[in-house]
Amino acid sequence: MNSNLKPQERIRQLLRHYPRERHHLINFLHLVQAEFGYLPEEVVELLSEHFSVSPAEIFGVATFYSSFRIDRPAEHEIQVCQGTACHVRGAEAILEEFSRQLDKYYGEQNWSGKVSLKKVNCLGCCAISPVAMVDGLLESRVTPAKVKAIVRKLSKNDSPESQRERDEQE
Amino acid sequence: MNKSSLKKINSLTELQKLIEYWAGRPQPEKIVSLSAASCGRASGALQIASALEKCLEEFKLDGRVELKLTGCHGFCQLEPDLIIFPEGYFYPNLRPEQVPAVVEKTLLAGEFIPELAFTDPHSGKVYRRIFELPLYQKQLRWLLDAHLKLDPSSLEDYFAQQGFSALLKVLRWDNQERVIDLITASGLRGRGGAGFPTGLKWRLARKTESQEKYLICNGDEGDPGAYMDRGLLESNPFSVVEGMIIGGYATGARKGFIYIRQEYPLAVARMEAARQSCYQAGLLGEKILGTEFSFDLEIIRGAGAFVSGEETALIASVEGRRAFPRQRPPFPVVSGLFGQPTVINNVETWANVPLIIRQGPEWFSQVGTTTSKGTKIFSLVGQVKFTGLVEVPLGISISEVVQEIGGGAPKGRKIKAVQTGGPSGGCLPVSMFNLPLDYEALQAAGTIMGSGGMIVLDDSTCLVDLALYFLRFAVSESCGKCVPCRLGTAQMVDILERITRGEGQLADLEQLNKLGRVMQKGSLCGLGRTAANPVLSGLRYFREEFETHVVRKQCPALVCRKLITYAIDREKCRRCYLCLKNCPFGAIKKEPDGWPYVDEELCQSCGLCLNTCPKEFGAVFKKPRYREVSEERPMDDENNKGPGRK
Repeated sequence: MNSNLKPQERIRQLLRHYPRERHHLINFLHLVQAEFGYLPEEVVELLSEHFSVSPAEIFGVATFYSSFRIDRPAEHEIQVCQGTACHVRGAEAILEEFSRQLDKYYGEQNWSGKVSLKKVNCLGCCAISPVAMVDGLLESRVTPAKVKAIVRKLSKNDSPESQRERDEQE
Repeated sequence: MNKSSLKKINSLTELQKLIEYWAGRPQPEKIVSLSAASCGRASGALQIASALEKCLEEFKLDGRVELKLTGCHGFCQLEPDLIIFPEGYFYPNLRPEQVPAVVEKTLLAGEFIPELAFTDPHSGKVYRRIFELPLYQKQLRWLLDAHLKLDPSSLEDYFAQQGFSALLKVLRWDNQERVIDLITASGLRGRGGAGFPTGLKWRLARKTESQEKYLICNGDEGDPGAYMDRGLLESNPFSVVEGMIIGGYATGARKGFIYIRQEYPLAVARMEAARQSCYQAGLLGEKILGTEFSFDLEIIRGAGAFVSGEETALIASVEGRRAFPRQRPPFPVVSGLFGQPTVINNVETWANVPLIIRQGPEWFSQVGTTTSKGTKIFSLVGQVKFTGLVEVPLGISISEVVQEIGGGAPKGRKIKAVQTGGPSGGCLPVSMFNLPLDYEALQAAGTIMGSGGMIVLDDSTCLVDLALYFLRFAVSESCGKCVPCRLGTAQMVDILERITRGEGQLADLEQLNKLGRVMQKGSLCGLGRTAANPVLSGLRYFREEFETHVVRKQCPALVCRKLITYAIDREKCRRCYLCLKNCPFGAIKKEPDGWPYVDEELCQSCGLCLNTCPKEFGAVFKKPRYREVSEERPMDDENNKGPGRK
């Protein structure tokens, strides 16, 4: 978040010069999500006023599209591509390995607030499959070994000490 | 190129002079072209770029050598790659530490460095120049070749390639009908999949009387395994803009929208930059180039919904609503965006327009079959030796693309099928590989041209698993508006899951066929009507594989997890016990004599043992979980019920 304002005030501020035509709605939702990392609940009412459509409509759009989220995101985001080329090159195993390594480095069931692990439909980099997007950066030709390195790096940045302990144990 | 240096172009003559100036400008001594589209950046292209800049400065080459961060070069598996013109030397998979050698030897001394060249891992042959590479041999790169020397953020670079000369031509004709006649005569058909004749679509929109008309560029490239449109949007955004301005002029639309899926942030950024440059140069906006014609362009980001690639759903999404398709007719050319006549074309279709205007319809239609003209871009990926973005003349056979351009199967593998058209398409077996790439021929064979995804599958792919994969995709992407699609896809997933678990029955296969037919006939939009294709084409060409799952409870490709287990080859095992230590289920045990073995009762087939076994040993292998089910033991026998047993 690059502002100390409350969501309500910040959204009002963003809306001030925004056109009122309905077709700008999705672009505006992108803007809000870029700002907060998710769509705070205040969005529904404010946009309903601004674009003159019912709150239910706004909520409907916000929840229909998979790239919008209405809950606070985790600190890190891992998206594992499940496109066809990735699928035939073992994307499912990569997803499982991520989950396994997250269990290992963050403790079982303990990473859900810190890391979000999601499937994504084709990132369009099929020639270097399988791919994953880690905090917005694309990782190509992911292997189980690479998964381990990625998760290790993430957890290392999170808590340097606990990492050292784990490394010593290995 | 400094964007702020763009001056407004006030007349057609001024534009002509500009194009002549940039096209006739002497080339720098050397052009270093670095692939910096999304794939390139993921593979470290930007690090290469900064290393190159530093080196060029160090050797005081900045004036004589021009570094271009271009879009996609096409050989995507070798990113980041460097092409050095005029020679065309090609250095793949470059690392920053190799950059000084390239600058010193190739740029300064003009020597080629064989150690950095692409070497065919199978034949050992070294390839020096880009167009000698096997991937480029059978291609006809009308659209893609432009990418090699084009900085996507530079309008001047686009001028240098005769960019906007098509618009110039059209505005000089001052005859909209002539433009449409020309596009019709070229035989161009929609590149998004359905293959509707572009000229006819434009004519229908032109004929519809209305104050407002709109254009939409469909860049919601949702098919998993396809990225042709991303390639075009990132590498040559101006060609799409030029195509749309021409389309606006011909149909009478004053406003266009480019809809790009949000998974493509770089494509959005480059289109936005191109749009702004065009506004600055007076190529977009009020009274373009001093004529009476005005055209505005807006970019809309998608928000992650496969169904919004369907045209009526796309309209809903551009309007800021949920992407629900609606009944057609009325077709969008009559009543589309905001209820007005709307022409929707795919990215590649728009990009073809300036080319056709420039070269003429005869030139375009000389290539192709009777009904499918010109070239088509495919993303050739999957289990094939060379993967990348390839452009081929329509009518070329699948085998030529897969075997000759793609180089066939990687060593030791066997190609089994090719999947085209993504979740709406189907799989064609090797026996059908002589089929030409032609809209009608592919449809008759049970798949579709689609937007151009071509995924090569080898014997390690299970067709039942793949059908399940696509149907799961369809379930999660079905918008839920109509029953056949919403329930049909879910039902198919249920049945397919049962089959992959080894609990299927032969009657299930008939049920799948029946369901598929109903979905084809009864669904509201293209998503539902084609969602069953992966299953139907699978049953048509690979019925045996489905039956093996059902009758023998075996997965021939050893993919379906419930039907396989693992074993350890004593000949290869060195007893390091890594597998034993890593098995999460305690399913690997020691024999009294110390050899590890897999306890199949405990094994959950997670495959961790296979992954942990050191590559040089390779002692762990997959095997069918269930041995032959013999005739005398009926399928519902307690012991053969598959993993359901307790």
